[in-house]
Parts: sequence; C-alpha cells; structure tokens
Amino acid sequence: MQVLVFNPEVCDGCRVCEETCSQTWFKEANAEKSAIRISEATGQPGHFRAVVCSQCGECIDVCPTLALRRDKSGIVRIQKALCVGCLSCVGFCPLAAMYVHADNLVPFKCVACAKCVKACPAGALEIQKLPAAKLTVTEQRIQEVA
Amino acid sequence: MMEPIEKVRAAHKVLAEFRYTPPKVQRGYAGQTLYVNVSDNTIAAKPVNDEMKRTFTGGRGFGLWLLWNAVRGTTRWSDPQNEVILSSGPLGGTTSYPGAGKSIVVSLSPLTGSVVDSNVGGYFGPLLKFAGWDAIEVQGQADQEVIVLVDGNQGLVQIIAAPQEEMDSYALPQQLVELFADKPEERVGITSVSTGPGAEHVLMGCLNVSFYDPRRQFVRLKQAGRGGIGTVLRHKKVKALVVKYLGVKGDSNAPADWAELTRVGSHMQREIHDQDPIMNDMRGGGTTMLTSIMNDFDLLPVHNFRFGSHPNAQRLYKKEFKPYFSEGIPNGCWYGCTLACASCVERLQLKTGPLKGQWVHVDGPEYETVAGVGSNCGIFDAHAVLEINFYCDMYSIDTISFGTATAFAMECYEAGVLNRQRTGGLDLHFGNEETALELLHQMARGEGFGVTVGQGIRRMKQLFAAQFGADPHFLQDIGMECKGLEFSEYVSKESVAQQGGYGLANKGPQHDEAWLIFMDAVTKQIPTFEDKAEALHFFPMFRTWFGLNGLCKLPWNDVEPADNKKKNAPRTAARVPEHVSNYIRLFRAVTGREDVKEPEDLIRMSEAVYNFQRVFNLKMGYGSREHDAIPYRSMGPVTAEEYESRAERYDQQLRDVVGMDPSGMTTALKMAALRAYREKRYESLVDAVYKRRGWTPDGIPTLETVRRLGVDFPDVVELIQKHKKP
Repeated sequence: MQVLVFNPEVCDGCRVCEETCSQTWFKEANAEKSAIRISEATGQPGHFRAVVCSQCGECIDVCPTLALRRDKSGIVRIQKALCVGCLSCVGFCPLAAMYVHADNLVPFKCVACAKCVKACPAGALEIQKLPAAKLTVTEQRIQEVA
Repeated sequence: MMEPIEKVRAAHKVLAEFRYTPPKVQRGYAGQTLYVNVSDNTIAAKPVNDEMKRTFTGGRGFGLWLLWNAVRGTTRWSDPQNEVILSSGPLGGTTSYPGAGKSIVVSLSPLTGSVVDSNVGGYFGPLLKFAGWDAIEVQGQADQEVIVLVDGNQGLVQIIAAPQEEMDSYALPQQLVELFADKPEERVGITSVSTGPGAEHVLMGCLNVSFYDPRRQFVRLKQAGRGGIGTVLRHKKVKALVVKYLGVKGDSNAPADWAELTRVGSHMQREIHDQDPIMNDMRGGGTTMLTSIMNDFDLLPVHNFRFGSHPNAQRLYKKEFKPYFSEGIPNGCWYGCTLACASCVERLQLKTGPLKGQWVHVDGPEYETVAGVGSNCGIFDAHAVLEINFYCDMYSIDTISFGTATAFAMECYEAGVLNRQRTGGLDLHFGNEETALELLHQMARGEGFGVTVGQGIRRMKQLFAAQFGADPHFLQDIGMECKGLEFSEYVSKESVAQQGGYGLANKGPQHDEAWLIFMDAVTKQIPTFEDKAEALHFFPMFRTWFGLNGLCKLPWNDVEPADNKKKNAPRTAARVPEHVSNYIRLFRAVTGREDVKEPEDLIRMSEAVYNFQRVFNLKMGYGSREHDAIPYRSMGPVTAEEYESRAERYDQQLRDVVGMDPSGMTTALKMAALRAYREKRYESLVDAVYKRRGWTPDGIPTLETVRRLGVDFPDVVELIQKHKKP
C-alpha cells in the first residue's frame, strides 16, 4: 500500500508541505486544512515531527456508515456522500491524523497524493510502497459476505 | 414462515394521507409536531412556538406538554384519548457528540395509571426530526392493524392498514425495512417503533425502536422498556410507527455554531478513545461490567432483592457474555456514539419456545437485564439470560419489570403463597430458568400464570391477597414496586439517599433519576439529610436534562476526563464538571441560546419540566406523599433470614446509630428496632427533599415553585389549590 513517509532527519520545518496540501485540496493556504501537520519536537529545538496518516485503517472500523474504505492502492478514503460528520474517526485515529475543520462537515486525511513530496524543498517526504496493512474487522466481514 | 414482501405490501391500504413541505430544521428544532389519530384517521401538524421551547425544551418536556393537553384526570391508559408520544429534543440528532440520538416516549402507563416517560436509543427521534417533526403524538384506537408512515424526503404521512406484517418484534422491523427501502442503500434511512405479541396480554409491554446496522446487515433493536408503553401502542392496534429519512449529514440538526460542535465533539471522541479502555470499557461489553461491581459491594439484587451478592454471581460477569458479543465494529445506537454500549450477540441458539433450536441474534444484555432476569431470579446462567432477553424483546416485554415481577412471584412460591396448583403447574423456585422462560412464552400466548405475572407486582399483590388469602403486609414488604412500577436492579437497603432516588422518582422506581449509592453508602460524601436532599435535587434535575434534549446519560459520567478526580474534590468530581461544561457548550452551539451559561441554567430547564410532571401525577390522582412510599424490602431486611445474613452490619447499626445493645435481643426484636429506625429515616429524608424541591410536606409543588419555574398555567394552579391542605 502507498503511504506518505516523513524523514525527520532532513525536515527543516519550512511547512511548505502544509501549504501545498491545503492548496491542493481546499484551494487556500491554511495549515489547519492540511492533512500533514509539522511541529517542533518537544524539547528538541530545530527538530520536527509530522503527523500524517499511515493508512493503518483503524478508522474504517469506527465509521458507523462505512464511509471509510480502502482503495486498490491501499489508501483509506472517505466517501463524502456517506459521511454523517460524527467525528468518530477524528477521535479514534491512533495517530490523531484525521482532521476536521469548521468550514467543512466531512473530516479529511492524507491520501498519499504526493503533491507535498514534490513540493518539499528538503526532500523530507516520500511515497513508499509498504506491505498491505492487516485487514480490519470491517474488511474481513465484507470479504466473508462476498 | 414469513409472507413474501410483495404479498405483504399488496395487502396495504392507505386509510389517510397528509402531504407537507418538510421544514428545514433550525437550531435543533423542526418547529412543528405531528398529530395522528388512528380512530378517525386525522393527521395534522401543530406548531412549536418559542414559549413551548423555552418552557419545555423538547423530548420528555414536549411529550408531557402534549399529553397534558390530550388527557383529563379521569383518562385511563386504555382510553383512546391516551397517547404514545415520541420526541427527541433539540440536541437529538447531533452526530458529532456521543449519545445524542435518544427518543423519549411519554404516555399514561398501564402499570402506574399515571404519566410515564421512557428513554430509548435507535434512530427514530432524530430521523423524525429531520423528517420535519419535533414529536409525534399518536392518539385513538384503530379498528384494524395499522402502520403510521412518515416519509421525510417526500413530505408524506400515511396511516396504512397493514394486516399481514409479522407481530414478532424481530421479524417486523426487518420486514419494515424491506417494505420501505427502495434499494439496499436506503435501509439505514428506515427506523421503526413497534411492539410484539406479549404487549397484547400483559401490562409491562415495551417498545422496540430500530436502526439498521449496515455491517451486520440486520435491524438492531433498543427498548423503551419502562411503564408498559408497548402495551398502550398494542392496544391502539398500531403495529408500527415508521420514519423514512435519507440524507443525514453533520449539519442535519442545523446547529447555530458548527465550529464549536467540531471542537467539543472531536475532543470528547478523543477522550472516549483514551479513557474508556482504562475506565468502564463500555466499548468492550456495554454495562455488563456492572455485575461484578454490584456483587462486590453487596448491591446486586439476588432472590427478589433479599441479598446483594451470591457465590454464583460470577457466572453472570462480563467475561461470561464477552464470548457471545461480536466486537471491533461500531455499536452505537446513533451516529457518533463511540461509547457504543449496544453490544450485539450475532449468534445465539435458542433452547425453548417457538424458535427452539434456531440461531438468532439479540441486542444486549444490559446490566439491568442481567441482574433482573438473572441474579434476582436466582438464574446464574449467561445463556439463559440471553435467551430471556431475546424473548422479552421478541414479545416486547420490559426485562426489568419481567425480572422484578418474576422474582416476586418466585419468593411468593417459596414462601407458600403460591404452589403448583396456583401457578398452573409451574415450579417457581428461584433459579428455575425453564419456568422463567415458560412464563414469558405464556405471556406471548396470552395464557396461564405468565399473564398474571405480566400484570405486574401491584396487581399480583392484590390478587394473591384476595384469592389465596396471603398476608397483604408481607406482600407489601416484599413486592418491589412503587407507584405500580417494578424497581430497577440495585439493592438500596444501605443507602437512604438511593431509597429516595427510587421512591421520589416521578415515574416510579427507575434509577435514571438518581444513582447515589456509592456517594451515600460507600464513600459517604453526603452524610446529612440536607446533603442527601441536595443530591436528590441536583442529580434528578441534571439527569432529567438529558431527557429534554435527546441525550444519553452514559457519556456524562460513565467516562471521565483523565484529570477529573485530581482536579475536583470528590463531591464535585461526581458531577464531572468538564462534561457539564461540554453540555452547556453543546446546547449553546446547537440552539444558539447564549443566555444558557451556567450549570444552574440547565437545572432550571429541568426543574420546570420535573415539577410539571409531578403536578401531572397529581392530575391523574397520584403525585402526593402517600405515593412515594416504598416497600420495606428496599429499606431493610424483611425476613429473619435476610437479617441473619448481614447480622453484623445490622447489629452494628443498632449499636452505633440507634443506640441499642443488640446482644441478648432476639432476631425478631432486632428486626423491629431496625425497621422502626430505617422507616423513620426514610420519612426524614422525604421531608428534607420536599423542602429542597420547593414542595409542601405532602409532596406537592407550591404555587411559588411553579410560578418561579413558569409552569403556573391556570389548570396547574387550580390543581395545586385544590390539594392545598388547610
């Protein structure tokens, strides 16, 4: 599955990734609308951490409407038409990488589109093809029914 | 064998039709309520004005107001004038905060004869509102089986003659989904309120409220159990109320401030994620975790509330039910409830009854069911509890009333009041699960001693005294009912505050008004009568507030912020101040009411409705002090066996509190002394609570109280004046 991977060794905290992400998906430069969030690591000035979706799929099992599904590339996507804005996924993401913004009713997350990878001047981001995540309970049930 | 769905549909005949333009919900209100009369097939819209919102808020408040205007003091539950009213409340239908999908049902109760309210999950209340209605009131009595359909997308209400639908409460809601969903994706948009065959024959019939589970691909059921409202709906020949509404979104409830909702909602979701696993683990088994706690603290009802624990109780612990539950997927009974206590058993093979041998699914059990039909009846077997739970739901019988009433009958059997001849051949010893199940099957068939038990404890007491010459005092002492409603499942003997929580509850002894046992008897935070009275003011009012707003109580204090107990003194921590603050934020964010700022503002909303309900009881011929009397079994040991089983505790109380030396006293003398003390103590508590609530010593709200709360309507004032004692 495709996952956006962050390299803290080379990130210089310029936050171009955040701006690129929000521009790509919300047509505005607003870090609060970015699916990747950069912050200075606690107690380590000049070192940065990123919070971004690992495509683990845990959110799939908390969504009451089956609005969260994994696509063929292993990327977890929200089907907006099914989302009821319950924010369960926002609260239950193990990485706190599912976001909601007051301008929108539907949460958002990284879908490994790679726009930020191209934009990162430090080369701190890349898309990696990782082994598929373990099937969620929901996916197992859907397989069984099929 | 179920009829093919097309055949069932073909038998439908539309008896009345009402078209409307669905209003856009504004700040939590649709702005109108739906009136349906199944006698003359009237369907009408009633406006909701600002005064109604200000005074009654919604939910239970709306239900009480609508019912007040529909019935007279002489109306009986079975009269066509009686109504079944469902309403959610302004916060109901909020998806972004857990526990915001409740419906509150109000009616005149067959068990109590007075007004009753019962809260229930499932999608009905929210979808009804999104369909354009803050409440539905169903009046009249149909001359044939009918379904009331509300299609919120088309703006259509119909009363439909529905002769062929199933009566079984599992089959019917599933059938309704198939009937009214045009394609599989629409199933989540269908929700129903229905009853089953048991509700036809007993007074403790419940309502099943449904929601469709897209992962399990079947209909889930939640119950409005208390007070026999299922019996009322069945009596009206209403097979089901159905709402169809597609298109729920985060802003369907049209909050005034979505940004604030996202903040308070996502924070709470995170808190549940972090805290629930280390607190109550509701997500991993609902309320079944309570059985072990109650047993440990001697609060688990055993053998008709005689005892508070049992060596076999562990057979009813959560670990026994866990293997039955299907986990790892959502179990909320409304969108966004990640506390998710609605555990589901997907596969249970039945051992008795019409579906014997079949594999079925069952929702639950809740703690109340485990304790009620389990330990209280001496049945310490998880499978038996699940099977009773299943059939109670299928037949539409309240598990709490069933458990408590069966436990009473079992004690009567063991005490010789009943015997095989009098029970129609049933061996009603404690622990006889086959008999308990047979009672249930009899209730559904409308035959045998099951129907007698199904009339509830109050009627059984009268009957056993009249027909079998049983001692009415003994029956009064051991019959765990108050106001005609069976007690819910906590032993209150060692907590006078909880005795008040039960005895002073408006609808009868249900713990949804107050659960004070730990605070009172274990941690001893409320030592004086004034302290207890304050608790019996705050908690019932605060808990009432949930019922006005379409909220569930669980996310308030069944999960707490990590620092709740560190940040707050114990008495304050019990109120979970951060969550109270969440509710103020939530209420303001949805309704836009900026005048609501303090916890006291929430309390005042409840006080108006609560006092109005107390006066409603008065209107129906109840609502005064004599009706707050509770059986001695809820206060102390009725029998020598009970006394001896906890002799050390009772002797110590005689010595330390009553000031008597128990050594050398007979058990009978000790029991009498303890009883005199405890009964007096209850009356002192009642005095203190009435005073705190602004009621007369006879338990009637004073004119000053109803004026202060803005419920001093002319007929309310007239009633109060009529009951004024010189």
